[in-house]
Amino acid sequence: MSNPSKPVPRAGASGPLDVRIDSKVYRAADGTRLTAIDALAFTAAAGSFTALIGPSGSGKTTTLRIILGLDADYAGHVVLPRPDARVAAVFQEPRLLPWRSVEENVRLALPPDRIGAELGPLFDTLGLADHRTRYPGELSLGLARRAALARAFAVEPDVLLLDEPFVSLDEMTAGRLRVLLAEVWAARPTTALMVTHNLREAVELADRILFLTERPARLRGSVELATPRSGRDAAWREARLREIDAAFPGIL
Amino acid sequence: MPLVMPRSRQQRHGSSAPLTLLSLAALVLVWWAAAAIAHSRVLPPPSAVLEVALADLRSGELPFHLAMTLMRVGLAFAVAMTVGSAAGIALGLNRTADRIFDPWLILFLNVPALVIVVLAYIWFGLNEAAAIGAIAVNKIPNVIVTLREGARALDPALSEMARVYRFGRMKMLRHVVLPQLQPYVAAASRSGLALLWKIALVVELLGRSNGVGFQINLYFQLFDVAGILAYTLAFVGIMLLIEFLLVQPLEARATRWRLRPA
Repeated sequence: MSNPSKPVPRAGASGPLDVRIDSKVYRAADGTRLTAIDALAFTAAAGSFTALIGPSGSGKTTTLRIILGLDADYAGHVVLPRPDARVAAVFQEPRLLPWRSVEENVRLALPPDRIGAELGPLFDTLGLADHRTRYPGELSLGLARRAALARAFAVEPDVLLLDEPFVSLDEMTAGRLRVLLAEVWAARPTTALMVTHNLREAVELADRILFLTERPARLRGSVELATPRSGRDAAWREARLREIDAAFPGIL
Repeated sequence: MPLVMPRSRQQRHGSSAPLTLLSLAALVLVWWAAAAIAHSRVLPPPSAVLEVALADLRSGELPFHLAMTLMRVGLAFAVAMTVGSAAGIALGLNRTADRIFDPWLILFLNVPALVIVVLAYIWFGLNEAAAIGAIAVNKIPNVIVTLREGARALDPALSEMARVYRFGRMKMLRHVVLPQLQPYVAAASRSGLALLWKIALVVELLGRSNGVGFQINLYFQLFDVAGILAYTLAFVGIMLLIEFLLVQPLEARATRWRLRPA
């Protein structure tokens, strides 16, 4: 996936992702003000995988949009690992260009220094090798999600943001995709931040889980998961889930 | 279920082609019968029209005048689509500009074609640039309105994706914006070609010394209906050829990603 002449992943050299949102206010059409986020601050270490869990409408997606630079109307700051950090996103919907093939969709996102990069291994890992020339309209939602993952990993980002990337998939497909995500991520660990509703998903993938409160969002607490992903069997996951459920009731 | 869709579409086309031919043949038959009953110089039968067309084809007059009109329509079409698309996209994306220029647009939409043609000749002289400009100006407001709708309907989700992955201006235009505008461009082109050549005839009738419009004016002075119909039908035929050989294949290519659903 990465350039063989450059064995050291670039992400290793970069600093942490530092996010501080003092407040984010939406103005509704009728003029009322709605505080979506109220003092939310966290730091994600370089190469770590952080999951963000909170109730619906707690400003998780808003937080991602602010980090992505799609929403500049907030008080606070976002410091990326490098001044010109490369950011990739996997949105809730795959957001592929319907008029371009899967491979074209991935290649179009590549930055100038990755143009012409060998994408075969990435497509192989994600099970997209047979679908490179197909249009997104011909893919199932699960395959389209994989294409969106391929696009995000192909750019070799410094920061990877995932907004409920497995939502509205059946549990089997979602489970398979989680394994694939863990696999491509392990090949080149990059600072990742994943928004999810699904605590099981977070326990399976994350190094650290941040819990958000109801709107206006604040940090409710966090859990560190030091066990390497390879050692996280079903029993371990069940034990963690019970612990977290005891510490933060109402999430599971 | 989705696999059946392209086939059923084909079936619809397949069964409609003979019907189209039959319907056209019936029209010619009605014309022929009417001409036989009327038995007048002002309603010649199809055979007389065909005779005039063949005679002018051999003399080279018909191809020359068709080519002149086609040249004017082609150039005016290019100018109108370029200017109209640029202005339409700009208005669709910028609400302030839209509010400022919307009254202008309504004004220009309602100025009669004849007025624009006459004013163009008075202001810029009886020359080719004035003629082509006048044809184009008649079409530009329509293109603006259509493309403005298209620009308003652009999907913000895809624009955000393109921003995150840092698409440059050209990449954004070519791969994100234009494919979304394609149906609107196609609609503007369709209605554009039909409108343009009708206005081109008025322009030629009023101030050019060649082209289909000029010839029709000539045959009008001579009260020669066969000549008028020969030139009209020849040009309609050319426009149909353009539609079937150029517009439809281009559209099929641009929308090929739609035809193969999962």
